[in-house]
Amino acid sequence: MSKVIVVTSGKGGVGKTTSAAALSAGLAKRGLKTCVIDFDVGLRNLDMIMGCERRVVFDFINVIQGDAKLKQALIKDRRLENLSILPTSQTRDKDALTQDGVERVLNELREEFDYIVCDSPAGIERGAQMAMYFADEAVVVTNPEVSSVRDSDRMLGLLNSKTARAERGDGSAVPAHLLLTRYDPKRIEDGEMMTVEDVLEILAIPLLGVIPESPAVLKASNVGVPVVLGDTSRAGTAYEEAVGRLIGEQSEVRIEAESRPGLFQRLFKRTA
Amino acid sequence: MFGFFKKPKKDGSGSAAKERLQILLAHEKGSGPSPDYLALLQRDILEAIRRHVHVEKDAVDIRVDRDDDLSSLEINIELPSRAMAQAPGT
Repeated sequence: MSKVIVVTSGKGGVGKTTSAAALSAGLAKRGLKTCVIDFDVGLRNLDMIMGCERRVVFDFINVIQGDAKLKQALIKDRRLENLSILPTSQTRDKDALTQDGVERVLNELREEFDYIVCDSPAGIERGAQMAMYFADEAVVVTNPEVSSVRDSDRMLGLLNSKTARAERGDGSAVPAHLLLTRYDPKRIEDGEMMTVEDVLEILAIPLLGVIPESPAVLKASNVGVPVVLGDTSRAGTAYEEAVGRLIGEQSEVRIEAESRPGLFQRLFKRTA
Repeated sequence: MFGFFKKPKKDGSGSAAKERLQILLAHEKGSGPSPDYLALLQRDILEAIRRHVHVEKDAVDIRVDRDDDLSSLEINIELPSRAMAQAPGT
């Protein structure tokens, strides 16, 4: 059975697209047929992060409006055969995302893919609403920083009210997982940032993973290779472990800094 | 004069990012065809073909690959096996 997963955050710049790219590539690496969709109409970036920006012909909006078939708009990843990318339009308006159109495309994707990852735009406008509306599960990307945590709390409220699942009225909500990104153990040790426990206490949702602040993430964007496909890095490993938990594996969340001595790594090891 | 103090840059990922963006933005801002021309081109190609042979509406597959100085456009049209033998309206 296929699953639609929205990657959302409310706040911009916290790592939604990086996370959507890394999680999708991680799922595909495990042999699961995965499609990742860009919902940020007018400001597309997923294609750059996935490194397929030169191959975009048709997009999500063309498919919704009937100008192209879904298979014409899907870009098959050249590194992972199980991975496809559905880019969005750079020129259209977000009003082009109609609820009927989004539902039609998602239903067609459900026939072919195990996982459909919806990369939400920042904010709470139409694009963000449509990205979450048909979701079966949500990944809430949060930085250990006040405005990001506050916005994540707001998104959790929307997931519990403004989704197809919530509107069914049978008390079911979209299960949400917390993905804590740009985690800097040094600054947390110095008391400058909230700890994992602090954020978990406020948001009260299960922890999917903790991604350390890492130069590997910027490098991955620069070259258009999702961080799980590049050279081994702590961030890449943390994403791979988060993918495992997303598909139901039970494992301890390890919190490690990029290239810190072993003693410190052990000191920062925690369980969620 | 400040160049003296700079170490020669390694060919790191930063330069890859710049190059990718330059190619992409040149295509987006360029005086080339409108962004939707491929959808229109597809429709026109299909119309022209359907005047002679019967093909399905989704039988056209268009791919592009953009590069610095060369872009390629690949168009595949699936013809049903009987289409070549029998044209509509004849």
